[in-house]
Amino acid sequence: MAKGEIVLGCLAPHPPHVVYAENPEQNEPFSEGGWEALRWGYHRLARKLKDIDYDCIVVLTPHWMTYVGTHFLGLERFQNISVDPIFPNLFRYHHDIQVDVELAEAMHDAAAEAGIITKMMRNPDFRVDYGTIVSCHMLNPEWSKPIVTISSNRSTHYYSNEVMNEQAAALGEAVMKAIEASGKRVVLVASHSLSHRHFVTEAPLPEDMSREHIYNHSQYVWDMKIVQMLREGKTKEVVEILPEMIEQTMAEAEGGGLSWMMAAMGYPDYPAEIYGYQSVIGTGNAIAAWDPNEATREIVL
Amino acid sequence: MSEEPEIVLGFYVPPHPHPLLAPEQNEGWGRLREAFDTCRQRIEETDADLLLIYSTVWPSIVGHQIQAHPKPVFTHVDDDFHFLGSMPYEFRMDSEYAEKFKDSCEARGLHARTVAYDGFPIDTGSVVALKLLNPDNRIPACIVSSNVYSNRAEQIVLGKAARDAMSELGKKVVVVVVASLSNRMFTEHIDPSDDRIHSAKDDEWNRKILEFFEDGRLEDISQLSRDIHGQIRVSKVVAYKPAWWMAATMGQHNNYDGEVLAYEALHGAGGAVIQLTPAKGGVGDKEFDEDDVEYYHGDRSVLDKGML
Repeated sequence: MAKGEIVLGCLAPHPPHVVYAENPEQNEPFSEGGWEALRWGYHRLARKLKDIDYDCIVVLTPHWMTYVGTHFLGLERFQNISVDPIFPNLFRYHHDIQVDVELAEAMHDAAAEAGIITKMMRNPDFRVDYGTIVSCHMLNPEWSKPIVTISSNRSTHYYSNEVMNEQAAALGEAVMKAIEASGKRVVLVASHSLSHRHFVTEAPLPEDMSREHIYNHSQYVWDMKIVQMLREGKTKEVVEILPEMIEQTMAEAEGGGLSWMMAAMGYPDYPAEIYGYQSVIGTGNAIAAWDPNEATREIVL
Repeated sequence: MSEEPEIVLGFYVPPHPHPLLAPEQNEGWGRLREAFDTCRQRIEETDADLLLIYSTVWPSIVGHQIQAHPKPVFTHVDDDFHFLGSMPYEFRMDSEYAEKFKDSCEARGLHARTVAYDGFPIDTGSVVALKLLNPDNRIPACIVSSNVYSNRAEQIVLGKAARDAMSELGKKVVVVVVASLSNRMFTEHIDPSDDRIHSAKDDEWNRKILEFFEDGRLEDISQLSRDIHGQIRVSKVVAYKPAWWMAATMGQHNNYDGEVLAYEALHGAGGAVIQLTPAKGGVGDKEFDEDDVEYYHGDRSVLDKGML
């Protein structure tokens, strides 16, 4: 069996607004559009994914928050409606998700072997979080591949941003071992924004783009700093300054997604492909990808 | 319309699913369940016509969300404790009160909205409270969220808005706050028989807060919220808010008969079932120097001042 590998890593923010704006048949509300800079970026990344041979999408989501260890989806199918608890007016999405349980169990076992507290989630009534659904829908609207969802252990809340970084890195290394042993070709997804301070009011028409802007300039400056460093391949440095960024911008990287993915990919020193940046209800959202294959790596924006 | 709302009882209950799903697995969880059952009986003995829940585990961002679906039906599973089982529910909500509460919030400057969507994810704490305190849906209920960015002023105004709506509709109300005391859980899976409060410090603080509750000193606890947050609350949100809301909703005083029906560990967190009954006499003679708030003015635009 050939050694498994990560064929792409994606920073894929999950504001439900982008699915709402797409008007897919799975989502109940109707929109007049909005947030095109993000959606068009997602469209382009989704087209790239179509040209990549892969078996599974593995996503770490901050909207499955666990305080007791790291959990993995452990049943083959989840069919339900996902209603966003924050934006139920925008996201009521009927989903039918296939899970690669074999890979999930392998990751669970590898993480446990590395000393990480773990749990398989086997309750058939469990509702898959909307972070997973939004990121996966935008990357693969046909849902043609199975997924694995990994919960976000809230070590930032319980300990510190630095401890989160260390634990997420350990999880990333364990996940990489499991992928290599599986022989599978895997796309990793860190499902989160950059700066994450929201407005606490919403426009009467949520997709009214005349109302959309970053929460404040400080958030924007931080976001641009991170995007520039990613362009320059400084992923190790980005992870090192994440604790400060999280402190300053309430960055959603606090859930461990980017730290986990960069560790799993061995901290790429090549340029990230940047697909878009836009604010959503004040938060800063960048879509980026890391392509280990130099022949297909490109400068997108 | 009466000027002062009629609040017949107040309860402070924990958000964890253990008393509902696994009371037999740990003696303490069983005692919490018995305390819930006692509260249920006492609620049934009242002629309350609304059960209003403030849940610390229903976070909101866009203002304050108020559950208004007349009959929400779903099967809920907890993110952490999914292995304890599922929580199927069908509740009866007071949509009229929900709408009035929202209007009252807006009249006091708060951003608020009702939610009434099939499949909306009602949080673990609210599901546990409603299934154990009101299992037959005898009393219609309402649930209000906890805004992640809100702080003292906003919470107090939110409580006053809840009172306004009660008064306008002439409701007799049972107020329920869903919150832990200390909220630090063990970060590893434990044998249920090994459960205990996470640390001696958390336990000591919890017991001090329980003394206040037993003396009916709700307003004093409200005034101590910032200290409580700093000492025994994991910094998931900006502040320990439930006492602010509960005190503002029940009337900002210390005139209660307090009873701690149970205090136990829930995977390390402090879980207590507490009853407050409005009474004539009270404890304490303090006045406080933090200003009372009637209207919420929103952001103060600090960031826009002094810009170059």
